[in-house]
Amino acid sequence: MYTEKTIKHFRTPKFAGEMKDADAVGEVGNIKCGDVMKMFLKVEDNVIKDIKFQTYGCIAAIAASDVMCQIAKGKTLDDASKITFKDVIKELDDLPQIKIHCSVLGTAALKKAIENYKGKVGMNVT
Amino acid sequence: MKEIYLDNGATTKVDPEVIKAMMPYFDEEYGNASSAHTLGVNAKNAIDEAREIIAKSINAKPEEIIFTSGGTESDNLAIQEIAYPNRNKGNHIITTKIEHKAVLNTCKFLEKDNFKVTYLDVDKEGFVDPKALEEAITDKTILVSIIHGNSETGTIQNLEELGSVCKKHDVYFHIDACQSYTKTSIDVEKQNLDLVTICGHKIHGPKGVGALYIRKGTNIHPLMHGGDHEFKLRPGTENTPGIIGFAEAVKLANNEHVEYITKLRDKLIDGILKIPDVKLNGPKGNKRLCNNTNFAFKGIEGEAIVGRLDVKGVCCSTGSACSEKSLEPSEVLKAIGLGDEEANGSIRLTLSRFSTEEEIDYVLKVLPEVVKTLRKISPFGGK
Repeated sequence: MYTEKTIKHFRTPKFAGEMKDADAVGEVGNIKCGDVMKMFLKVEDNVIKDIKFQTYGCIAAIAASDVMCQIAKGKTLDDASKITFKDVIKELDDLPQIKIHCSVLGTAALKKAIENYKGKVGMNVT
Repeated sequence: MKEIYLDNGATTKVDPEVIKAMMPYFDEEYGNASSAHTLGVNAKNAIDEAREIIAKSINAKPEEIIFTSGGTESDNLAIQEIAYPNRNKGNHIITTKIEHKAVLNTCKFLEKDNFKVTYLDVDKEGFVDPKALEEAITDKTILVSIIHGNSETGTIQNLEELGSVCKKHDVYFHIDACQSYTKTSIDVEKQNLDLVTICGHKIHGPKGVGALYIRKGTNIHPLMHGGDHEFKLRPGTENTPGIIGFAEAVKLANNEHVEYITKLRDKLIDGILKIPDVKLNGPKGNKRLCNNTNFAFKGIEGEAIVGRLDVKGVCCSTGSACSEKSLEPSEVLKAIGLGDEEANGSIRLTLSRFSTEEEIDYVLKVLPEVVKTLRKISPFGGK
């Protein structure tokens, strides 16, 4: 079963919803596979000032998206790029084996959004 | 908040009358039905009476009813133990693409042992075409196994038509009737059935008990080896309380319940179809199990809907897919023509005679909110 933390993030996600004036957006996944995640970033001085997500997916996917945003908020772009799926799983206290990919997808969406931002402002994508 | 239980396709609440009927067989009439003393005889008589009740309910003879541990065992017994003893006649089995795992995986197991299995397609409402069945039968076919009432789409197959095809070609006909039993008529003579799987826990009886109807004269062997119980077809000391509870549940079921549940079902279907971008999976009307509904919601995922409804006190299940145990979209929903996205976005709500109109009203109030919330946080949510 899911951990209490996973259920809590699923039930009351703090970062869910669209961001209309986002500086950058990253989308990963495929609706056929059952999960699509979209991350919206607001960036100031290379720091993630605000972050939101939209996710099509199961309980784990929604919880992982929310926790991903929580970890990333306030971090510099470089630090945020280093977040791994293990950090997400740790923050959720665990994920069932077959749902690990949900956490991987979360980090991939964030990385894509960061790359998107760096491309826009002409930074070197590392 | 009291939970609203709409997962009766998974299992049902045991009727209090069933519990009452079972109780004496735990601590008073606890004899072994094979024993010669009074307690043993009492247990045997009670089991015989239960057998008669169940036999009568499907127009069978008592000696054609074998008690088992449930639907899965009955399916395994019916399929494996028709397959092996009749191998000299042929190695071909016909089933469908919408079977329960107990049938599907038993067939897959037999395929590893050089049996050939044909998986029949179904139409967009989940019906097997009797002509397609007839065309699939070869001189090597020994068994046809078809689910009667489908647990996901609610589709009730036309047994008269399918049964007459099997009879014409002289092949054994097995049905898995776990979902349909007591909800729609089963008559082994009229419908020409040779083997029928039924179980207790889908009809307000206890878990861990089921039965297999086996037509007299059928060439079948036991799946397990042991004593001479159940006409030498199912060894093991009888589960007396379970069997008594199963029969009591059959006694309690009646047509008024079916009419009542059908009315609630149709109210639920009509109400949910008012939500934008939703469609009903499976047929409408009396060819659908009276207690089954199943819907595909656009742009959101089934498990997330189930999780949100759970917060509101409503217990239901995904029609498919991204459940914790499996990531694959439901094969049954794909067989009726749903794409991966639609199958992933499906949920099943299944009623019982304990469901109330107030509960349906409540679901119709909270479900549109749940769908709206999830669509808001989905990249495909639209409005």
